[in-house]
Amino acid sequence: MRVNIRLFARLKDIVGTGEIERQVPEGATVRIVWDILTSEFPDLRDYEVSISTAVNAEYSRMEALVGNGDEVAFLPPVSGG
Amino acid sequence: MSTPLYAVTADPLDLGALVSAVSCLIPDTSDVLPIVSPGAVTTFVGVVRNENRGRRVLRLEYEGYEPLALEAFERIGSEAAERWEARMGLHHRLGVLQIGEASVMIAASSAHRADAFAACRYAIERVKQIAPIWKHEFFEGGDVWIEGATADPDDDDARQYAYQRACA
Repeated sequence: MRVNIRLFARLKDIVGTGEIERQVPEGATVRIVWDILTSEFPDLRDYEVSISTAVNAEYSRMEALVGNGDEVAFLPPVSGG
Repeated sequence: MSTPLYAVTADPLDLGALVSAVSCLIPDTSDVLPIVSPGAVTTFVGVVRNENRGRRVLRLEYEGYEPLALEAFERIGSEAAERWEARMGLHHRLGVLQIGEASVMIAASSAHRADAFAACRYAIERVKQIAPIWKHEFFEGGDVWIEGATADPDDDDARQYAYQRACA
């Protein structure tokens, strides 16, 4: 199945785009999507412990399951205000 | 057209419209109906500063994940409404902002000033903790993405910290 991955701020700079699609195995979790991404873009590993994640624009956990067509977002530490 | 309570926008922010939105007697979206009409409105305006950590800041570029930011604002509004009899409006700007421009505006209305002040302070602390928004700082000699808190809306310690700041 395919998921739509959203990236922001420096994560977007590292990957070179804020939106990419990737093939992931059935039953994949957010963690598996992240692992696929970090093996392709090793510099992302700096964010291993500091990212937040969201599925379909709702905050989620790394253990959350993702489905075909889901939007999976990876968020570096925030700095609004 | 009525002003929404929560917004993320590339347009300049309008404090007057936000104050009106939290001052009206019949909320259009909130499930927290005021029993008493507001007797106080407090506001917070965050402004782009020309200095950060010894760097001379030229401008900021804000990026945000809009649908999640709106959800975070709604969450902050209901957290505040649980603790205080307050109604919240929260607008954040995205895109290129020059020095002196407003990046965020918050208005909180309540029957009495103490609740309005506390709710407003709580809201800006929570925005900094959980709103999926980022500052790209352009300063003399370079640029840097500012990274603050790891956003976790369910982190009770963070929520407690914001609550303590609000009640200090």
